[in-house]
Amino acid sequence: MEFKSADAYFSQSRGVLKCTIRGEIDHHSAKSIREEIDKRLRDESPSELVIDMGGVTFMDSSGLGVVLGRYQKAREYGIGFSVPRTAPAVKRMFDMAGLERIIKYGEENSNTEKTERRG
Amino acid sequence: MKSKEKSCENTLKVSFESLSRNESLARSLASAFMTQLDPTVSELADMKCAVSEAVTNCTVHAYKNTVGTVYMTMKAYSDRSVRIEIRDKGCGIDNIEEAMQPLFTTDPDGERSGMGFTVMENFTDGVRVISRRGKGTKVTLTKKLSSLRSDT
Repeated sequence: MEFKSADAYFSQSRGVLKCTIRGEIDHHSAKSIREEIDKRLRDESPSELVIDMGGVTFMDSSGLGVVLGRYQKAREYGIGFSVPRTAPAVKRMFDMAGLERIIKYGEENSNTEKTERRG
Repeated sequence: MKSKEKSCENTLKVSFESLSRNESLARSLASAFMTQLDPTVSELADMKCAVSEAVTNCTVHAYKNTVGTVYMTMKAYSDRSVRIEIRDKGCGIDNIEEAMQPLFTTDPDGERSGMGFTVMENFTDGVRVISRRGKGTKVTLTKKLSSLRSDT
């Protein structure tokens, strides 16, 4: 049995591939998320990739690798890329890394109940 | 102002295998240990992130292509500071200064951000790295927690 701390859900509409990530993104979970997104990009040839990170409860620098790597892939394919929703755990990491210079990402979403949960 | 000598009030020592699935276990343990000190949500998130980075380094670098033991020692002090030491007996770091540079990565595919040490430095009050080639590495993370609110 493979332990998974994060899940990626996909939907596609009018050429926009949307990937919704929920859970904890670390080095362990980053691998499968990366592979799943890359497979969809190859198989479905979307015109835009949207990653929704509003449901991410934890993220370390592995998540930066996932996002920057997918941004690079999107550029290679010549398609659009955005991260419209970022949970607090994601936004603090993006802000720290200065990602606003390269990637468009949304403000904190309304998942405020998550920020008060400890542990 | 003369500061009082701080004393260690609690210690937890654990060791685990350098499997990637233990990264979440390690940060959960750190979180559980720190909860006794009633940290803020942000202080807890900072330390969990730093621990996750340090343990990931053990999995990815220290014990690359093999599985070894990661030793984690957590200490809580009377001045509300927390010290978490993450130690391995892996390959060691040749050039610590270079390894700690933002964006430095040994990953040729560019799938890792090279921001591990930068995250540790940004989210804690102190990062100390001691390493010997072929012997292992010890990363010590310290964080001073804010004073307890009197209204709670």
